[in-house]
Amino acid sequence: MLDTTDRAILNRMQDDLPLTTHPFADIADDLGIPEAELLSRLARLKNDRVITRFGPFFDAAAMGGAFCLCAMAVPADKFETVLTKVNAHPEVAHNYERTHRLNMWFVMATETPQGIAITADAIERETGIEVLQFPKLQEFFIGFRVAA
Amino acid sequence: MIDAQDRQIIEVLQGGLPLVPAPYAQVAETLGMNEDALLVRLAKMKSRGVIRRIAAAPNHYKLGMTSNGMTVWDVDDDQVAELGAQIGALPFVTHCYERPRALPDWPFNLFAMVHGSDRAEVEEKRAEISAILGEASRAKDILYSTRILKKTGLRLKAKG
Repeated sequence: MLDTTDRAILNRMQDDLPLTTHPFADIADDLGIPEAELLSRLARLKNDRVITRFGPFFDAAAMGGAFCLCAMAVPADKFETVLTKVNAHPEVAHNYERTHRLNMWFVMATETPQGIAITADAIERETGIEVLQFPKLQEFFIGFRVAA
Repeated sequence: MIDAQDRQIIEVLQGGLPLVPAPYAQVAETLGMNEDALLVRLAKMKSRGVIRRIAAAPNHYKLGMTSNGMTVWDVDDDQVAELGAQIGALPFVTHCYERPRALPDWPFNLFAMVHGSDRAEVEEKRAEISAILGEASRAKDILYSTRILKKTGLRLKAKG
């Protein structure tokens, strides 16, 4: 179970960590707890997978690469086989099963703009299923924050 | 764009930042750099947008946000910028994008991700979006996630 301090930590840690020599001490000060407690709570939250990852969020596009949301309509009896083939590509960063005929939705992150088409082509060859591509045209908000 | 040293930094950090009092010093040591040089590099990558932020990725499911709906809408192209900005500003919308349609099967061009503690809560929030879009939205759907199949974030390939 999460207590009030855990929730305050989760809310704060979804915002940017400062680029200072002791960034956790800075945040612990703001939260009014000792640095060691912040670190041990973070370790526990990560260990319990309440936090799936802690670190920099990279933007592949700003590195000269690209991101693309993709979708496939995978027959139920082939789902696990196709999933193994799709997930084997390191370019596939996130993948979700969803309630639709297009039932597999994944984000590709590649180091070059051409990487999207190359990876999509490879997945189509390996699975025999079309990979629909939905690159972002406009981004309206990048919040991600979830109130804990 | 990134140079060879940025790339090394990204490779070390893509798995995450260590949870220690001086995390950048530890990473710098791994890279054979000094901490100040690493902090300068990271600040530059932030200013160029290569790093969006250094933060925690929460697990929605563990926070009781067990229902995740990708709401999709077919909004008139002339209105999508204005309406997308309004939808993106809603506090319960975590991501909002205009994306290309894939006709004829996929007429939707506006995507807004909504999380809730159950589907009823997501449907309430979806109804709020629907009310804002009104007749500008010609078709709509919602795709609930039923399973996380992979979640690793960006992974650079090792360069040979």
